[in-house]
Amino acid sequence: MSWFGKMLPSRIKTQNRSRSVPEGLWEKCRECEAVLYRAELQRNLKVCPKCNFHMRISARDRLDYFLDNEPRTELAAGLEPSDPLKFRDSRKYRDRIIQSQKATGEKDALVAMQGAVRGVPVVACAFEFRFMGGSMGSVVGEKFTRAAQVCLDERVPLVCFSASGGARMQEALFSLMQMAKTAAILERMKRAAVPYVSVMTDPTTGGVSASLAMLGDINVAEPQALIGFAGPRVIQQTVGQTLPEGFQRSEFLLEHGAIDMILDRRELRDGIGEILSKFTGVATRVRTEVETETEPEPEPEPEVAADQ
Amino acid sequence: MRCRVARLNWSTSTGWRSPVEAAQRLPHSLAPVNLDFLDFEQPIADLEAKIDELHLVGDDPEINISEEIARLKDKSRALTESIFAKLSAWQIAQLARHPQRPYTNDYIRRILTDFQELHGDRAFHDDPAIVAGVARLQGRPVAVIGHQKGRDTKQKVYRNFGMPKPEGFRKAIRIMELAERFKLPLLTFIDTPGAYPGVGAEERGQSEAIARCLAVMSDLATPVICTVIGEGGSGGALAIGVGDRVLMLQYSIYSVISPEGCASILWKSAEKAEEAAQAMGITADRLAELNLIHEVIEEPLGGAHRDPEAIASVVQSTLVRHLDELGAVPLDTLLESRFARILEQGEFREA
Repeated sequence: MSWFGKMLPSRIKTQNRSRSVPEGLWEKCRECEAVLYRAELQRNLKVCPKCNFHMRISARDRLDYFLDNEPRTELAAGLEPSDPLKFRDSRKYRDRIIQSQKATGEKDALVAMQGAVRGVPVVACAFEFRFMGGSMGSVVGEKFTRAAQVCLDERVPLVCFSASGGARMQEALFSLMQMAKTAAILERMKRAAVPYVSVMTDPTTGGVSASLAMLGDINVAEPQALIGFAGPRVIQQTVGQTLPEGFQRSEFLLEHGAIDMILDRRELRDGIGEILSKFTGVATRVRTEVETETEPEPEPEPEVAADQ
Repeated sequence: MRCRVARLNWSTSTGWRSPVEAAQRLPHSLAPVNLDFLDFEQPIADLEAKIDELHLVGDDPEINISEEIARLKDKSRALTESIFAKLSAWQIAQLARHPQRPYTNDYIRRILTDFQELHGDRAFHDDPAIVAGVARLQGRPVAVIGHQKGRDTKQKVYRNFGMPKPEGFRKAIRIMELAERFKLPLLTFIDTPGAYPGVGAEERGQSEAIARCLAVMSDLATPVICTVIGEGGSGGALAIGVGDRVLMLQYSIYSVISPEGCASILWKSAEKAEEAAQAMGITADRLAELNLIHEVIEEPLGGAHRDPEAIASVVQSTLVRHLDELGAVPLDTLLESRFARILEQGEFREA
């Protein structure tokens, strides 16, 4: 074989190489299969630059993208799941918790933070979908309730990003009761006229959709998110017919009047900041770019009275 | 004959099918079916069959077998007691879904008077899976909302197997708000496999309808008593289950997902429903232990369907007792303690 022939990779090798994307550098879009440079994808808030597909993101990334850099205080970080029923299916609930905690670094499926969005003070919570499918058990219900209680006490708006399969089966009826719990505290907020914006992301179904997610003063969804009460598979089994194209996607919900608007992930800060500014009378700070690290920090926060 | 029919039907309970499918599978000649006995009641069924036979023989004046019949009846009773003393969660689930179990309308008819049914959500439709209206409980006006299942195939389809659609929940909200406005205590009866999972239901906002029920009930300014009379299936049950008192009949169940559903997700097989039922703790006694409900209403031996009159009168006196208690509490105290109780539900640790 000539020196040139040796340099040419064999056909098989070429195929192999194109299939295996180096860990960490590149990521493939689930929708359009474009191979994307991870750093660029991160800058684009994990929205595919080619096809606009909104990838699922972690709760921390979510809050990081959404909130102003300062101030940020995590709420109720010490809450941890217990296993009141000593639940065991093919595996112990305890083991599933530990595994999810290791995989995500979170104690349970909800992260709550107090901060501001474009200068408007808010409390924001986000579901961690990788933690047992973002399922709502006692900890999620309690953390959400405490976050809402802070909102009530300080008259600060609440924003919640849902990404959840529903109630957590391993906590059985305790989980179901979290639906009542979150709905009850939201009813209090409604009576107190403290704004609540619910942002539904892919996917928001079951008990979470049938409680806190649908009760927003404003219901927002990210594009193409699966949102519904029953999962498509269950519906398919029940009705025994193929489901219409785009069924239970954000656009379908918008058309049927279940949500107020669909916002691109890159517009969430501005869009929600503006709504909250209108509702609370707090002026938003000058529009900031998402990658604020590269920019000089804007001048110190304007004085914002917590309770208006 | 009786046993054969019973087995025929309950053999379907091992593999889960949607109720629609299950009903379609029933041969028409068998509907309405004689479903006196469940699988685990077969020994009782055998004894009862013997007693029936003896009754037939007993028509002959020359043979006196009344003693034998009395003896067998005692035996049957003792057997029933011993079987019912140690029912598994799965067996209780079967009782909760017993085709002869009294439904909401049976209770309304027996414990309330002057019932006037109210219909419609004022927006789309009337949902027969939820009955609602106003009535009197021993003279005092009350509002009532309940899931309603159908008894025969035609009724089952009409009632959609007790699975409400959004319009059903929105009708419920309308009645709740009526109750608040006109100061009627609200009684709800829970008996549903769950909210209906269908295309239309999703289009019309099933999630939002349920969520709003929860929110409205949590702060409804009138006494609210919720009673699980059969199947308390998930969000569709909870939607009319938030109140000052949550009561459960002894052989009713209340769970976040059906045992079959749970088994097929966590065990990857609906066959494991029995284990799932046990693990989730869906029975009244267990939920009372866990402090998730207020009170268990004891049922007649063999279950509510064995003596519908008896269970109705127990339910009635229980409701009256709780209404008296709640009526004595000032409204804002009532609402605060309801709220506090809702908020304290949940088990977690805090570092």
